[in-house]
Amino acid sequence: MTNITLVEAVTQALAYELKHDKDVVIFGEDVGHNGGVFRATDGLQKIFGENRVFDTPLAESMIGGLAVGMSVQGLKPVAEFQFMGFIYPAMNQIVTHAARMRNRTRGRLHCPIVFRAPFGGGIRAPEHHSESTEALFAHIPGLQVVIPSSPKRAYGLLLAAIRNPDPVIFLEPKRIYRLTKQPVPDDGIALPLGKCFTLKQGDDVTLVSFGASVHETLQAANQLEEEGVSCEVIDVATIKPLDIETILNSVEHTGRCVIIHEAAKTGGVGADISAQIAENCFSDLIAPVQRVTGYDTVMPYFQLEKHYIPSVNRIKNTVLSIME
Amino acid sequence: MTHYVAQFEIPFVQLLNEQGILTGELPEFASNPAELCCLYQTMVKTRLFDKKAIALQRTGKMGTYAPVNGQEAIGTAIGHAMREEDVFIPYYRDYAAQFQRGVEMSDILSYWGGDERGSQFQDNAEDLPICVPIASQCLHAAGIGFAFKHRKQPRVAVVCIGDGGTSEGDFYEAMNVAGVWNLPVVFVVNNNQWAISVSIKQQTATQTIAQKAIAAGFQGIQVDGNDIIATRKIIGDAIEKARAGEGPTLIEALTYRLSDHTTADDATRYQPEKEVKAASLKEPISRLKHYLEQANLWNENKEKALVTSCNNAIKDAVEVYLNKPEQPVSSIFDYHYATMPDYLTEQRATALEEANHD
Repeated sequence: MTNITLVEAVTQALAYELKHDKDVVIFGEDVGHNGGVFRATDGLQKIFGENRVFDTPLAESMIGGLAVGMSVQGLKPVAEFQFMGFIYPAMNQIVTHAARMRNRTRGRLHCPIVFRAPFGGGIRAPEHHSESTEALFAHIPGLQVVIPSSPKRAYGLLLAAIRNPDPVIFLEPKRIYRLTKQPVPDDGIALPLGKCFTLKQGDDVTLVSFGASVHETLQAANQLEEEGVSCEVIDVATIKPLDIETILNSVEHTGRCVIIHEAAKTGGVGADISAQIAENCFSDLIAPVQRVTGYDTVMPYFQLEKHYIPSVNRIKNTVLSIME
Repeated sequence: MTHYVAQFEIPFVQLLNEQGILTGELPEFASNPAELCCLYQTMVKTRLFDKKAIALQRTGKMGTYAPVNGQEAIGTAIGHAMREEDVFIPYYRDYAAQFQRGVEMSDILSYWGGDERGSQFQDNAEDLPICVPIASQCLHAAGIGFAFKHRKQPRVAVVCIGDGGTSEGDFYEAMNVAGVWNLPVVFVVNNNQWAISVSIKQQTATQTIAQKAIAAGFQGIQVDGNDIIATRKIIGDAIEKARAGEGPTLIEALTYRLSDHTTADDATRYQPEKEVKAASLKEPISRLKHYLEQANLWNENKEKALVTSCNNAIKDAVEVYLNKPEQPVSSIFDYHYATMPDYLTEQRATALEEANHD
């Protein structure tokens, strides 16, 4: 089995579902002949035809609204937004319609949609191409929000997202699209949504992260290990619904928690995880919960973005500050 | 030198004039006079329902309601022209169409009465619920039209929107994609001249709304929306054209909102009295009634019987609405996801416990 990247795992999952579920359709800007600007749909139109994989006119609200209409007719649209920074025109369709249709009709209609979007910084992209605003979506009742951080999890979680009967926001950390490779069997086996993945076990501190930051978190954990700090590392993977049980169990064991994400601090997913730890295992804490996040600033343009994205050093220093 | 690379025309269609006199040929659908009576009955039922719904709101028995007085012909034409297997994507002045498509009057009352079950439509599995956010429904129609075309089904998506909604981006985005993909979608604009207090003159510089279809590459037609015969014909033709694979149509139905925007509005603040008076002389029901009477298809006895039967049906619907047991508190949580996540299960339990203490 050849090793593949995260973006190739996305393609592999899309191809698997196109092959096995005739209701799956894939569309977005440049996803057809061109295979997407990151090549996530590379070759799919050639294999599955223009009826299944196609370009849309350039209009994001339209992409969102089309998906709603298709899905209430039983299709399973997998709609790509080219960058998360361009998803906002579709917010009305996602929040007002896709997320609410099941509830509004008391279960008569529902929207089995996957909205895919590359997100996050670190690839020296143009302005508006590097934001991480996943918390906006996690806040919305009716949505599920999934963020893979490895090729295997991208494959398994995307299969699960497409098979899910309700709308899923599937955010792909583009900084790690091609960072690592691993063998990903094309076996059609989905990973569970709404479950954390414990990537490394440890005793002294729980490091909770998701998306591209998982990689800096793992590096920090390995370096801290050499300095005598045993870190447990959890990839949240689904930020909504949040598998808080896994996190709480870990924090009960370690007594310390540092949450790491690239998105801004205020109202971020870390704030919610931190609150739930305080609500549920306050007495197990040896030290205050810490967050290492992007700043509450506009995502800097790429010359300065490295100062914004949580670095291995920031993570390490924060962990060490609570190891007294 | 300059030459013209494209030129366009927007037809206006009227068959029954303001005096209820036929000015054109009776269309095919009306060859059976019973069909015209059927249209008349639906319009009258809708108007009587409208009056009752406003009364329910005024007496505190229902929430805010969007009236449809004066615009009954449009929904009536849509509902009559659609086939059962088509899908209707309504906004909030389309009761006449919805009634013909199996939506109960009690559903509409429940909807405005703050009960989600009003969008459950027991006898209508696929039509969309009433769309409140303005124009976003046009894109759903395009998506539904895509699904029909994708599956090679001879079905049509019909969407309705107000004149104000045509200023929204979603309206243009939907028409653009429907045009470029040749989708089986019919866009109907209820141009009742007012978007709450903003008149059509403040909404657009174009002579017609119909011409906005030209930019999307398909036909736009203006019709006298108070003329049920023309409106039914034009909408029916557009639906069958779409069914035949010949693409979308935009129909601008000219009418006038002889009511407040909603029961929370006061149209006397902005609608000029003279304008309202003039518009009320052109409303659709008396116009068709006059025609039917002249053609010996209608008389006062039939009118009395119709009003009685409509009022009885409305009374029954009100009873159903008022006696519907309140939804359980748990229903707040039960329809968010196919499988309820743990955090909602917990919050549901909390809400039930709280409700029991009340």
